[in-house]
Amino acid sequence: MRTVAVVGASLAGLSSARALRSQGFDGRLVVIGDELHRPYDRPPLSKEFLAGTFTRDDLALEDADEDLGVEWLLGVRAESLDLTERTVVLADGKRVRADGVVVATGARARTLAGTERLAGVHTLRTLDDAVALRAEVEPGRRLVVIGAGFIGAEVASTARALGLDVTVVEALATPLAGPLGTDMGVIVSALHADHGVRLICGTGVRGFTGVERVDGVALDDGRVLPADLVLVGVGAQPNVEWLQGSGLELDNGVRCDVGGLTSSPGVVAVGDCAAWYDRRLGRHHRVEHWTGALDRPKRAVATLLSGDSSGPDAAPPYFWSDQYGVRLQFAGDARSADTVTIEDGDPADRCFLAVYRRDQEPVGVLGMNQVRAFTRWRRMLGTASVVAPS
Amino acid sequence: MLSVCPLSSLARGEAVRVEAEPPIAVFHTEDGEVFALDDTCTHQDASLADGWLEGCEIECPLHASRFDLRTGQVDAPPAKKPVRTHRVVVEDGHIFVELSAEEPNLPPGVSVGSQGAGGGA
Repeated sequence: MRTVAVVGASLAGLSSARALRSQGFDGRLVVIGDELHRPYDRPPLSKEFLAGTFTRDDLALEDADEDLGVEWLLGVRAESLDLTERTVVLADGKRVRADGVVVATGARARTLAGTERLAGVHTLRTLDDAVALRAEVEPGRRLVVIGAGFIGAEVASTARALGLDVTVVEALATPLAGPLGTDMGVIVSALHADHGVRLICGTGVRGFTGVERVDGVALDDGRVLPADLVLVGVGAQPNVEWLQGSGLELDNGVRCDVGGLTSSPGVVAVGDCAAWYDRRLGRHHRVEHWTGALDRPKRAVATLLSGDSSGPDAAPPYFWSDQYGVRLQFAGDARSADTVTIEDGDPADRCFLAVYRRDQEPVGVLGMNQVRAFTRWRRMLGTASVVAPS
Repeated sequence: MLSVCPLSSLARGEAVRVEAEPPIAVFHTEDGEVFALDDTCTHQDASLADGWLEGCEIECPLHASRFDLRTGQVDAPPAKKPVRTHRVVVEDGHIFVELSAEEPNLPPGVSVGSQGAGGGA
């Protein structure tokens, strides 16, 4: 293998480039990214960067004296992949021929119809998004957050601490019911009320009021919430349109086996755009977590370089969220659990550990300000033998 | 020198956080060695004493950066800067730490004296 193209220059792309070099690949390494920035860390964008305690430099993922011998092609989007010619075609017409391809194009924030030309309505995914949002976050302003997922909750928390008046609107009856289950979703979303943030659940958004700039959010239940600015946090969708027609199997992301190999030899996929086969779940599963973008490239690069995707299973998904001074951590899968029990601490104290089980077997763990105990449980889940669901 | 605790009260494979400015983590490895480092990960605010100890390495409980306990060097990203190490003296079965005179590598947004007991960002 003489040339490898990594398409995507965020954490998954950088981790792939690092893994290629550490696993002995010494050929030409091209990294393509549609943002102009060198790889940066996204999680602080809704927290420390928005709060103003992190600078742009603090977000840099690369070490100042790190030299991976990478040819960076930044600020240019990949438009298509030609598997016959083994070529990535870029928006500026450039063509990158490569023996191996790592697809790491990530995901983008979902938007709501009718917001394209309305000033004051934001999404948060990129550094540029965060710079734009930060410029508008001023004490006393009224912020409406649409979507009580992790991004929405973190922005609400940061904005509240900065002195904004914050309302969070969630379409579901219980926030975070998907990733955490209903019981824990209720407990975690109570943090909003603890800190003087209004939470409105079970109603969708019908539209926005305001001519050039948003001045209100109209809800399905007829209410209109006055707003000086709006954050739309309604999830992300994988950036895989550029692969349509390439021959790669796509289904809510790039379908991969347990080692990250796509349906085409010589092409692996990692990060938010990749749906690896998960033997624990017995199905393909696209994981939109930072830790997956950090860890899985090692496995995918080993697959790419050896042509063999057998090897250990990826660790169970893990994510964290810092909100209202509380540290939340979750590992595993809540959806497949049939019970969840508090094993330590008390939700009333905002300090507890909960374990999710299926047929008595632990399948997930949630910690709120329980870092040490959570770490041990997470390890245990990671080393448990992988059993496919019956 | 900072008095930590009797060696017998820190089991092998365990760590203890010592309140100091900045806080310190003392590790007792499975091989019976004792090491002291700044407790705060150099990447982002998390307590290394809450992390996963394996051999002579500590893995940060938040983002899985790994540091060599002997040198403080980064073994695995996302951390970029080493953790400051301190000299450990075990005398008459008691652990003492001699604080380093070097500057600590605290993560962005964290300064000496600014940390709460449980971390949290």
